[in-house]
Amino acid sequence: MTLTQLRQQFLSGETTPTQALENLAAAIAERDERTKAYISYDLEAALKAAADADLSKPLGGLPIAIKDNINTFAEPCTCGSKFLAKNYISPYDATVIRKLKEAGAIPFGRMNMDEFAMGSATENSAIQLTRNPRDPERIAGGSSGGSAAAVADLTAYAALGSDTGGSIRQPASHCGIVGLKPSYGRVSRYGLVAFASSLDQIGPLSQTVDDAALMLQTIAGYDPKDSTSINACVPDYSAGINEGVKGLRLGIPAEYFTDGIHIGVRENVEKCIQLLENQGAKIIKISLPYTSYVVATYYVIAPAEASSNLSRFDGIRYGNRATGAQDIIDLYHQSRELGFGPEVKRRIILGTYVLSSGYYDAYYTRAQKVRKLITRDFNQAFEKVDVILSPVTPSPARRIGTCSENPLEDYLADVFTIAANLAGIPAISVPCGTTAFDGAAELPLGIQVMAPSFGEATMLRVAKAIESRS
Amino acid sequence: MSHPHIDVSYVAKLARLDLTPNEVVTFQSQLEAILDHVESLSSVELPNDLGLDDHRKLGLMRDDTPIPSLDPELVLRNAPDQAQSQIRVPKVVTDA
Repeated sequence: MTLTQLRQQFLSGETTPTQALENLAAAIAERDERTKAYISYDLEAALKAAADADLSKPLGGLPIAIKDNINTFAEPCTCGSKFLAKNYISPYDATVIRKLKEAGAIPFGRMNMDEFAMGSATENSAIQLTRNPRDPERIAGGSSGGSAAAVADLTAYAALGSDTGGSIRQPASHCGIVGLKPSYGRVSRYGLVAFASSLDQIGPLSQTVDDAALMLQTIAGYDPKDSTSINACVPDYSAGINEGVKGLRLGIPAEYFTDGIHIGVRENVEKCIQLLENQGAKIIKISLPYTSYVVATYYVIAPAEASSNLSRFDGIRYGNRATGAQDIIDLYHQSRELGFGPEVKRRIILGTYVLSSGYYDAYYTRAQKVRKLITRDFNQAFEKVDVILSPVTPSPARRIGTCSENPLEDYLADVFTIAANLAGIPAISVPCGTTAFDGAAELPLGIQVMAPSFGEATMLRVAKAIESRS
Repeated sequence: MSHPHIDVSYVAKLARLDLTPNEVVTFQSQLEAILDHVESLSSVELPNDLGLDDHRKLGLMRDDTPIPSLDPELVLRNAPDQAQSQIRVPKVVTDA
């Protein structure tokens, strides 16, 4: 059942928030042992909130699952890390949580994720491995793998995730649900544990495009607590969502349809584009020439920002503190060594290196300049088209435990999602069929719709047309 | 932009990380491979008019007026060690 349908049932008296939560708890008890999407949940607190739910509010009584890097008052926030797994209870609400609560929603459940959102499979979680509900031998994707898997497994009606290089869209694609990364500055990052501050955005994962619009409506908007949030009015995202694609110009970038894409992905995405053309959209071939540099640019900027952001995890104010340290410096070293997993350490070292004296200009400054060229690519493209369409990933979900010894190979698989973060534009993954892959008969796929900065309304309109295409 | 050799142990020290010998060996080859890929950025021709100013208005400062802060008691509950409403840490200043 979708959020929108559940809301209708609340309003008609067919069911109640208490009943919905009890159903959810039963579904979790039945299926989450296999999927392992939830790190924890507090049913008692949620039932208390459900008893007082105000159904007149836009999200009155609706339970929303939360990625475990978004602070929710009085709840844990592990970030999928040993560093925070046992000893951190959030003393405040992130702005998105405050907005959800004000809209009547009930934040329910802490969802598994790659440690500090670094990864694309949720295999980097120090807590547990999340499996893809469509095929438990496969990854759910990441880093918002718990959020995506729960929505796909119907153990959550909808969820929040965070997206730094595709961490909402890629797991949504692998699990066959909708995942939306808003424009940079559209949604407050206050209370999101920072990975790479110039790239991070919080967004919804849902069963339908309508639900994604409903959630974005609630969480979007200026926040004085986040100096990078933009003070621009929030349009009604549901208003024009059913207008269809007739007359819209859809850009197809040559660089996103290369030989490296799995044939099933390519065929499904192209079929979807054809259907949109049949509905009256104009298909325009475009070029984004700097696409070949997006992974290199991202893997300078993101680790650089991560190395700075994660310096706060030093064992002093919260989280893991090593015992038996000789002095304060030794305490930092030991606490961090014990608390962080390999992927986090690797990225911190890479980030420290590219920011270090003698290498800063060669790596970091140059990457920032190339980032501008990538952004310019998109700005020029959006002079000719309204949205850009592409695959979300080069292939469907791989088997668990088959990641390469060389992390670069996994990083290169992020090529289609990273650019939207570098350019600060919104992007959404919408289910577009299934394909046979590596012994599996039917694995879900997503098509990505990218729009100009703050162009979420048009993006959702196209996404809805894709969803309704059959 | 050539990276002759990333000294993983040295950089880890800068990052306040104590790596195991195995981690040093593993990270060394992995980071070399990543930096080899990043090297492609050196071939990008950069236009002269390319500044670093962001197209978004970032880094705005709020008014310098007091606003409520987090509840100190709740914040202190997360501290690994605390006493007298303060976070306790190992000795920072050593004897002369």
